[in-house]
Amino acid sequence: MKFAKKLMALSLAAVMAGSCLTGCGDSSSKSDGSGSSDGTIVIGGSGPLTGSAAQYGVAVKNAAQLAVDEINKDGGVNGVKFKLVFEDDEADPGDKAVNAYNALKDKGMQIMLGTVTTGSCLAVIDKTKQDNIFQITPSASAQDVIKNDNTFQVCFTDPNQGKASADYIADNNIAKKIAIIYDNSDAYSSGIYNTFKAEAAEKGLDIVTEQSFTKDSKTDFSAQITAAKSAEAELLFLPIYYQEASLILAQCKSADYSPKFFGCDGLDGILSVDNFDKSLAEGVMLLTPFAADASDDATQKFVKAYKEKYNNETPNQFAADAYDGIKIIAKLVEKEGIKADMSASEICDKLKKAISDGFKFDGLTGQGMTWSADGAVSKNPKAVVIKDGNYSAL
Amino acid sequence: MKKKLNPQTRKSFITYGLLMIVFIAVEILLSTGSISSMMQGLLVPICVYSILAVSLNLTVGILGELSLGQAGFMCVGAYASAIFSNLVKESITQPMIRFTLAILVGGVVAALFGIIIGIPVLRLRGDYLAIVTLAFGEIIKNVFAALYIGYDSAGLHISLKSQGDLGLKPDGKMIINGALGISGTPNDSTFEIAFVILFISVIIIYNFVHSRTGRAVMSIRDNRIAAESVGLNITKYKLITFALTAFLAGVAGTLYSHNFYSLQASKFDYNLSILILVFVVLGGIGNIRGSIIAAAVLTLLPELLRSINNYRMLFYAVILIVMMICTSNETIRSFFIRNFEKLKGLIFKKKSDGAAVKEAE
Repeated sequence: MKFAKKLMALSLAAVMAGSCLTGCGDSSSKSDGSGSSDGTIVIGGSGPLTGSAAQYGVAVKNAAQLAVDEINKDGGVNGVKFKLVFEDDEADPGDKAVNAYNALKDKGMQIMLGTVTTGSCLAVIDKTKQDNIFQITPSASAQDVIKNDNTFQVCFTDPNQGKASADYIADNNIAKKIAIIYDNSDAYSSGIYNTFKAEAAEKGLDIVTEQSFTKDSKTDFSAQITAAKSAEAELLFLPIYYQEASLILAQCKSADYSPKFFGCDGLDGILSVDNFDKSLAEGVMLLTPFAADASDDATQKFVKAYKEKYNNETPNQFAADAYDGIKIIAKLVEKEGIKADMSASEICDKLKKAISDGFKFDGLTGQGMTWSADGAVSKNPKAVVIKDGNYSAL
Repeated sequence: MKKKLNPQTRKSFITYGLLMIVFIAVEILLSTGSISSMMQGLLVPICVYSILAVSLNLTVGILGELSLGQAGFMCVGAYASAIFSNLVKESITQPMIRFTLAILVGGVVAALFGIIIGIPVLRLRGDYLAIVTLAFGEIIKNVFAALYIGYDSAGLHISLKSQGDLGLKPDGKMIINGALGISGTPNDSTFEIAFVILFISVIIIYNFVHSRTGRAVMSIRDNRIAAESVGLNITKYKLITFALTAFLAGVAGTLYSHNFYSLQASKFDYNLSILILVFVVLGGIGNIRGSIIAAAVLTLLPELLRSINNYRMLFYAVILIVMMICTSNETIRSFFIRNFEKLKGLIFKKKSDGAAVKEAE
């Protein structure tokens, strides 16, 4: 008994001491991103690897690693190889995001891919600004994320999705009379709504009715649906999340109203709603940057490689954004002739100029992506239609 | 040298001394630059969590009531002070003055909330009180998450609906942007200020506990009926303790909000309240020094464990369980104390045994 206790105390002490030592060892191994001598550029990634948002962070980490491995296998860019270090920020909007960022800095981060979630991103953008580190976020979509000149997005900014949706509907002549149902208590939804409305007016689309709901009344949509029906809308624009959209689809059916449905990336996931009759979603169009079963070569190659490497998991939109993020960095590094021994600040100055200066990128999440100096991406959105219970490219 | 010190005074001075030693050690490390940026980033949060833990220890340890609303008070303090700082950052450019005022604003507003919430809540006891404080914490968090505040030449605009609902003029500026929170708060928190505030908090708490009020509060904890029968005003003393706890939590919230560029209400969820309670329980209920040590260790631990990546949170939980068992189990504790004495005996051979025993206790 006594021996057992001693053993336990000893092992506990050993664990504590060990963790301290390894922790310190890691943190003291590199200085603050002043460049490395062994010919590799360190890309730091930050996202939730634990907690409720972990699936996003893990997808980003996996896809980023995949991209880095591919680049290194081909001998790197200009002989420069990449190394990905990824830290867990638990999607925390405060100190943990900053801790993860500081840990990355201790590991010699020269370029940052992150963070995955908007909340964490807002907590670190001013840190990267202060340290002058080039930051490109795969999936933090709020407008505020890119307020500094060193931060860029791979994904659409929330409000940009509205503009892109209106353009897509008008350019492809999908419908003329449009009804909108949106959540006015949600920043994402109302952001898209505002820009959609402005762009629709410009493009000559006729918005026959605008209906809203709030967080507290999101189960019964019969009033909104009746309004849309009596206004004879041909298309129902739904800039909302998939839970509410699944209810709207079901209630439209029972109201015997069958317009075309069009949504944004919030609808991505509608097919996996519990107890949802997938046939209802047949023909729903959504604007999402990535569909795993798209037929183009790049997507298929990526999906195949991802599945092979990670237990046959199908990559989602976050993974595709992250993969593009790394490839964007690689292309910029190639273009600017970045060397591994440059400091983070030097790299940042070059990259942030280069990305908004005629740089074009064809990736999984869009063709001909360009960036303005304010950090927002401009790319042709990919529209996806739900066919036979699957997402397929339109 | 041999003058007998009051054991309570002695205990508090040991704590002050330990704090000073840690402070000087950290300052030396900082000035020689031999401290990683992650550690530097953790210094202020450790102070913040320590203040939260010692202040919660007032309610949990001294008053003997379980409160799970600590994060709510921290949230009030953080938001109130951040709003204040954002409003005055152009008119008061001297950071010391602005931050001192912000700390007072954060603390006082949180204390007011403490009193407002305390009046109905403190009628309850035990589990009921814990659950109601938890609910209040959540209400506070959700209200701030839905709040939009902006100002322009016409004054302050407040809305609970949306940014557009504020009707700001073009020259207007957003202060709180709903769930996206506040950004652009001046970064006035430094380790030195945070440490001084921690030090002051500890002094306040030790002196409170050993004052007439503190003794009254403890008598309520130990035997409510007896305390009432000698004429103590239970509600008054409970409310004083609760308000003081809220005040210090608000001050900690101020330090927190001025340490980061952005502040979002979702940070202040019940997990944070429970984490602070864990600091208190692990450090020993009623033990001020223990709370600080527990807060520091448990804040550092998940960061130090980063090297084991995916198993980090698993290890953290396991270590937490082992630590809880080790600190609560009498036999294991006495084992540690015995060995600690042996070690001490080896180092200070000349000192008398009696002193060592007292020290260990």
